[in-house]
Amino acid sequence: MSALQTPPVSPRRADQALARVMRILAPIVVLALGIAIWSFVVRLNHIPPYVLPGPEAVFKTLIDDWQILFSSLLVTLWTTLEGFVAAAVGGIVLALLFNQSKWLEVSLFPYAVILQVTPVIAIAPLLLIYLPQQTAVIVCAWIVGFFPVLSNTTLGLKSVDRNLAGLFELYGASRLQTLRYLKLPAALPFILGGLRIAGGLSLIGAVVAEIAAGSAGAGSGLAYRIAESGYRLNIPRMFAALLLLSVAGIVIYGLLALVSHLILRRWHESALGKEN
Amino acid sequence: MADPVSLSDADVNATGSAVSLRGVTKVYDNGVVALGPLDLEVRRGEFVSLLGPSGCGKSTALRLIAGLNAPTSGTVAVSHRSGETTPRHSIGFVFQEPTLMPWASVRDNVRLPLKLGHMPTAESDTRIAGALAQVGLAEFADAFPRELSGGMKMRVSLARALVTDPDILLMDEPFAALDEITRFRLNNDLLKLWRDLRKTVIFVTHSVFESVYLSQRVIVMTARPGRIAAEFRIAATGPRGEEFRTSAEYAGYCRNVSHALTPLHQGHPLR
Repeated sequence: MSALQTPPVSPRRADQALARVMRILAPIVVLALGIAIWSFVVRLNHIPPYVLPGPEAVFKTLIDDWQILFSSLLVTLWTTLEGFVAAAVGGIVLALLFNQSKWLEVSLFPYAVILQVTPVIAIAPLLLIYLPQQTAVIVCAWIVGFFPVLSNTTLGLKSVDRNLAGLFELYGASRLQTLRYLKLPAALPFILGGLRIAGGLSLIGAVVAEIAAGSAGAGSGLAYRIAESGYRLNIPRMFAALLLLSVAGIVIYGLLALVSHLILRRWHESALGKEN
Repeated sequence: MADPVSLSDADVNATGSAVSLRGVTKVYDNGVVALGPLDLEVRRGEFVSLLGPSGCGKSTALRLIAGLNAPTSGTVAVSHRSGETTPRHSIGFVFQEPTLMPWASVRDNVRLPLKLGHMPTAESDTRIAGALAQVGLAEFADAFPRELSGGMKMRVSLARALVTDPDILLMDEPFAALDEITRFRLNNDLLKLWRDLRKTVIFVTHSVFESVYLSQRVIVMTARPGRIAAEFRIAATGPRGEEFRTSAEYAGYCRNVSHALTPLHQGHPLR
């Protein structure tokens, strides 16, 4: 009875492997299904491309107009990056200042909130009046990106273990030592979480400002291409530009998530596998 | 930061006292009277336990001795080695939780007090190795806290307190969260360390058995506000071990201490 002696594949392991495959496969199936239905509906109803282009037309435009679209993508990405860096530096520095001085926090925090809750689409036209266009776009990206960094960093700096803080006090740590060796490392997971949100928001800020500036006609970013193509009823190019924006957003988020994982993987709960 | 009054060398030689509290009270901002008045004298090299129900101010007393809080009234005096201007480095503190930095390796956690004191890396490395060897964790220097068991984390915490070679070790219910087997092991290791290093140890606990097993003197405290209800000298001869833990002598001490503690739980604090 040799059949009894061969150990069967553990059903638990098989389940796990299946779950891993499904995690990748399921969204792809949904995507393929969505594209198929889209294509089918367009063909069946003979919808003209200036109303709703089929996926083939969008893909073809993406290739034909690649030169224009790619240079526009670079412009938008560059704006996003500048806005993101400004948001990261501004948010973290402001949070550090708030942490050192209670009064500074009390007097300035409400205005940070106001800046956050006022829709950036309403501020953008104003900024475009007072600032050069490129600066205004970066400022918009900064405005929407900096608040999550600020509030997350502030929260992180406050969530230091009380006993650890006592220990630092016991050993006579200076303010700078406490900040460097205790508060900043403790706040790091929060800061990275804030940056992850800020990355996507900076892209949104840049796009909003480009759209607002679009009517002025001097822009060359992806959002400007969308607005321009809209006026010209070049709907396939609108879709192609939109697709590129989405992909850019996904890549930004993925990169920031990866950086966060690499930094935290040795110690933070969020980066640990379930078996630990 | 409240700097405890320093005892001069002359005082220390006269009294042999490491820690001395006189008429110490602590009233918190919300009006709760947590402690006192409390008078406590701990000799150099003595192992003293503060025993009492939760919330009786034992931890508060420890934080006052460490200088982490200031007393509302009374004086806290802590002796320190001649030549040192602050008593800070003569005190090591072990909290109820291991209180380790999760982002730093075991070595860097133990290095913390030395790094804050600006000790060069080369010099601190040898001291860290020594401290880790004392608690039996020499091979775990590169591990991260999350990779260790509860008992091992507590040992790291102990190594960190020992690395500055303090005269006084303050321990705030350090083993309360551990299982009994681990706790017994750590109790034995702590006793051995104390015999070898001859530190003054003030040990806060709510376990009668632990306090009797470890200490030369058990101080029973009343419920809030914490005062001294009774004091027991545990005069067991010879080094303590499993033999002592199962002896009639040990059981007798535990009974006496428990009796002193019992009325406290019934809401009639001893005067």
